[in-house]
Amino acid sequence: MHFTKPSPPSDDKRWRIVEATMRRHGYDPNALIETLHSVQQTFGYLETEALQYVAKALRVPLSKVYGVATFYHFFTLKPQGEHTCVVCMGTACYIKGAPHVVAAISEKYQIQPGETTADGKLSLLTARCIGACGLAPAVVFDGEVAGKVTPEEALQRIGRWTDQ
Amino acid sequence: MTPEELRRLAESHEEARPEPRHRIKICVAAGCLSAGSDRVREALQNEIAQRGLESECEVKGVGCLGLCTAGPLMLVEPDGVMYQGVTEQDAPAIVESLGKKPVEQLVCPSDMSFFTKQYKIVLENSGVIDPEKIEDYIARDGYTALARVLEEMTPQEVIDEITRSGLRGRGGAGYPTGLKWSTVAKAGGSRKFVICNADEGDPGAFMDRSVLESDPHRVLEGMAIAAYAVGASQGFLYVRAEYPLAVKRLRTAIRQAERLGLLGNNICGTTFSFHVDIRLGAGAFVCGEETALIASIEGKRGQPRPRPPYPAEYGLWGYPTLINNVETFANVAPIIRNGGDWFASIGTEKSKGTKVFALAGRVRNTGLIEVPMGITLREIIFDIGGGIPDGHRFKAVQTGGPSGGCIPEQYLDMPVDYESLAKVGSIMGSGGMIVMDETSCMVDVAKFFMDFCVSESCGKCVPCRVGTAQMYHLLNKITSGEATMEDLALLEELCDMVKYTSLCGLGQTAPNPVLSTLQYFREEYIAHIVDKQCPAGVCQMRQ
Ligand SMILES: Cc1cc2nc3c(=O)[nH]c(=O)nc-3n(C[C@H](O)[C@H](O)[C@H](O)COP(=O)(O)O)c2cc1C
Ligand code: SF4
Ligand code: FES
Ligand code: FES
Repeated sequence: MHFTKPSPPSDDKRWRIVEATMRRHGYDPNALIETLHSVQQTFGYLETEALQYVAKALRVPLSKVYGVATFYHFFTLKPQGEHTCVVCMGTACYIKGAPHVVAAISEKYQIQPGETTADGKLSLLTARCIGACGLAPAVVFDGEVAGKVTPEEALQRIGRWTDQ
Repeated sequence: MTPEELRRLAESHEEARPEPRHRIKICVAAGCLSAGSDRVREALQNEIAQRGLESECEVKGVGCLGLCTAGPLMLVEPDGVMYQGVTEQDAPAIVESLGKKPVEQLVCPSDMSFFTKQYKIVLENSGVIDPEKIEDYIARDGYTALARVLEEMTPQEVIDEITRSGLRGRGGAGYPTGLKWSTVAKAGGSRKFVICNADEGDPGAFMDRSVLESDPHRVLEGMAIAAYAVGASQGFLYVRAEYPLAVKRLRTAIRQAERLGLLGNNICGTTFSFHVDIRLGAGAFVCGEETALIASIEGKRGQPRPRPPYPAEYGLWGYPTLINNVETFANVAPIIRNGGDWFASIGTEKSKGTKVFALAGRVRNTGLIEVPMGITLREIIFDIGGGIPDGHRFKAVQTGGPSGGCIPEQYLDMPVDYESLAKVGSIMGSGGMIVMDETSCMVDVAKFFMDFCVSESCGKCVPCRVGTAQMYHLLNKITSGEATMEDLALLEELCDMVKYTSLCGLGQTAPNPVLSTLQYFREEYIAHIVDKQCPAGVCQMRQ
């Protein structure tokens, strides 16, 4: 059967990056996870339109695309805040006080892990281990790993984003 | 490329760049980078340029030096001085001191037992070579094992050598590597695959990450040798997306090896071809399980399936597939270079060679270590690890992550090998080793691991999906002071049920942290239930 490749949902140039990923894999349905990585890296999260487009382009049922996108913790269907703070809650960080860091942020900004502040400035996330256990507790501030973080330090770093 | 040509390449690399008078090796693995080692590197380079010392002074980025907690770490040659906790402001003083008296306040004593008690095979290039330069790897005999295998050995001879070495899988279960290779080699089929399991889902472990970031070619060489031995021509590296630096360095390494004809078509001018691709994990612990990992590479949800058939017979897209861990592959080249007997002479009767551990938690020297099998826990924690800081007391060491257990003080003099650890209710696992002192509550630790298993259970089978949630609920009742002794009995019953009826390793081992803490720290459970008290002062009791 003839298959016409669908066009991206918008003429946003960033779709080209996603297109390139799918093309590299010959639009193979097996490339679903690789493609979702590409979407998330490009747009920051997996929006509904994107999932529909990927499903069509790779000829995978939308239910399966959702199934995969929700199975893996790394994928997020919600837009993240302007800044993200990921607190590692792996064993080493847990033993060395990561829960206190989470509690301090939760209390000050009134958000639970996985949530974003009402003004969209800050998202608080947790990770299962970011592989910097020697520096526990480790926190990733906007993609930058910091080690041996105290609750005070965490609040201070976040304060630089929010207090202006 | 023949071994002779490799040797010539290695030599010409040395000649092209005459040995500088001073060389500063600075760690650019993830741990030290997060402590600012890239800024320090730049500051050093600027300082050297300003003084016009470029011709006699080289700054070189290298892999993990091991003592990550003291980062950024650097090594000054030929002075043989190691510096720790270096900042940009230290650059002038360091450059000034080259060849003279070292900068006293930065010195990290390299004669401390942390360094001297280790035995490095897997990590022999870590902290020595620049992980982004294939020439550096080749200058350290890199790829000679592959060239030799292709020129002089039959696939069966390679498998025999690995079998003779006694190497066992470093991903957790300790399955004999030679046996696994020969099963895949014997399997029929038009295509075969080799997969490197670099998912490293074990929270509190970073051995694989460090190897990939510090010496990526080592893993590629091991995979290529394995592919030749089992008859595969395509390989996949399944790496966690949470390890972007490792992924970047692997991509660079693959490109470099392809350019020199050490990967790709007709490797070293022979008929053997082997291509390697990277697949990114997406944050699911269960994807470390081999059948789930295969499903994930196929673009599906990472859910395990019953075995047999094993991947060795029915793996990726139904073809025979060899899956080994990063550290397992990293052991291959040295075994071929030095012989299986050499490897078998290290370690214990049943556990040969060395093991890399990620030493973390409440211990003075946290970081990455490699030690011969059979060393005692006490040597690891107190000699290498420097003991417990801040005047606290050792309480337990957790090995094997969510599949493992907590080992109490009475077993500190036990040798570390697969069998001994299993005997006391824990496992070697992948090598995470987390030290705890009296500030940790063992019931809380068991609850922590159960929480992990609940959120990581793939949900496919009921005992694991429902059982772990029930167990978590009971543990939560205990830590909040609301449980009765009947709850404890129920918890123990559930341990057995989940252990023996779950489909995959995740569910089968999920009760282990509970079982081992119950075995050695039962009185802490009782204190929570009967006295409504947490002896460590961690759990908040509801009155
Ligand atoms: C839930 C679960 C998670 C696992 N995670 C990993 C992992 O992250 N890395 C790994 O190498 N092996 C992991 N394993 C073990 C693998 O399934 C497999 O045994 C191993 O990769 C085989 O390689 P080896 O023989 O070289 O150890 C896991 C197993 C289970 C059941
Ligand atoms: S034991 Fe748990 S993780 Fe394994 S298949 Fe069953 S539900 Fe999934
Ligand atoms: S446990 Fe936090 S980085 Fe590993
Ligand atoms: S990361 Fe630098 S010493 Fe380990």
